[in-house]
Amino acid sequence: MIAIIDYGVGNLFSLKSSFAAIGEEAVVTSDAAVISQADRLILPGVGAFEDAAKKLSDSGMAEVVKREAQSGKPIMGICLGMQLLFEKSYEYGEHEGLGLIGGSVRPIADVIDKELKIPHIGWNRLIVKKQSPLFKYLSDGDCVYFVHSYYATDCEDAVTATAEYSAELTASVEKDNVYGCQFHPEKSGDVGLKILKAFCEI
Amino acid sequence: MITKRIIPCLDVKNGRVVKGVNFEGLNDVASPVELAQYYSSCGADELVFYDITASAEGRALFTDILTETASKVFIPLTVGGGINTVADFDRVLKCGADKVSVNSGAIRNPDLIYEAAKLYGDQCVVISADVKRQDGAFRVYAKGGREDTGMEAISWIKRCVDNGAGEVVLNSIDTDGVKGGFDLEMLEAVSNAVNVPVIASGGAGKIEDFITLFKTLPKVDAGLAASIFHFGEVKIADLKAAMAKAGIPTRL
Repeated sequence: MIAIIDYGVGNLFSLKSSFAAIGEEAVVTSDAAVISQADRLILPGVGAFEDAAKKLSDSGMAEVVKREAQSGKPIMGICLGMQLLFEKSYEYGEHEGLGLIGGSVRPIADVIDKELKIPHIGWNRLIVKKQSPLFKYLSDGDCVYFVHSYYATDCEDAVTATAEYSAELTASVEKDNVYGCQFHPEKSGDVGLKILKAFCEI
Repeated sequence: MITKRIIPCLDVKNGRVVKGVNFEGLNDVASPVELAQYYSSCGADELVFYDITASAEGRALFTDILTETASKVFIPLTVGGGINTVADFDRVLKCGADKVSVNSGAIRNPDLIYEAAKLYGDQCVVISADVKRQDGAFRVYAKGGREDTGMEAISWIKRCVDNGAGEVVLNSIDTDGVKGGFDLEMLEAVSNAVNVPVIASGGAGKIEDFITLFKTLPKVDAGLAASIFHFGEVKIADLKAAMAKAGIPTRL
């Protein structure tokens, strides 16, 4: 069973449906007992980093996620959920994340060409940097769906794929049992479902 | 590099997909859920669901259809038609929509875009404008293209983007349903005026129209069409293969 962690951020309908589509049972929950029984965890997230980090901490879910991650359970952060795995974010100030992966989150405006649109929104090709169990079913040139204005940096050892948007932006990361996708697998068609399937087989 | 998006638009009325030529003479095509699944499997990059009669009749969107679609189709889904309040945003987002498109609702209440963008983020708010040439100017029309608002289109669209709209769907009433190609002149004027994604709508009749669009106006991010996809005049897989062959960044 997969626990999708509910801490009051965003709409989890598509995420839950996408696991159902690949025949996996997923529950949306903020119950520490259910999370502890789950085989795998998903940390979702949309919106602003500061608000999400506060909700994660206020709901008690930050401690639960850290404990579960340290126990070795596979956990995947998606979009803002991936950014929350890092030590800190510089989105409107400086805010602490979960610190499960070394590195920080900074505005893409710092590194992309000035004439490019922000957010980085749409389908972009994954450039695989390192083999990852998440990529088990992927083919060369597969595209995934991104919507973000901030990116993870100072995390070279953890980067498994990037996407080119005048600069190479971190698309996915991995450190031991902790995984993160900047893109939305639940909105990336068959490619996204294959990534979720691979996560369920770790 | 971000790929150019191909977006089939499903105009929904009474739970069925319809498409009007110049917004009149509606034809019944198919089940929205089935059509959405079909398009997703053919390589559509995104889907738009419009309740085209909602502004005129004040009818609520068929949220059951939306929910069912969002539970079976895993590409971005934009919903429009009858979006007049922040509560309307909430209603369709809860049913699995990723973006919400406003048209007449923003004309009636210009604060709507600002309020929705603040709550759900810019990326969630799409301004959809029906635009027609009149006396040498681009004018905004309301109520599914039936009512001239008297407003100049470029300044209206800029104002919506300044208020937080993260994307623009530009539908040219002049080319809609004519199948003679997209309205390049109108699209160029809009894409030069804003720095958010612009989606071209109205006028596509064949594969070459999309190639011309993306080659002529590299700033345009996506092409949207309805009946040519619904009736199989343009097959999405063929279209995307032709785009890739022409050197346009395409998701295959």
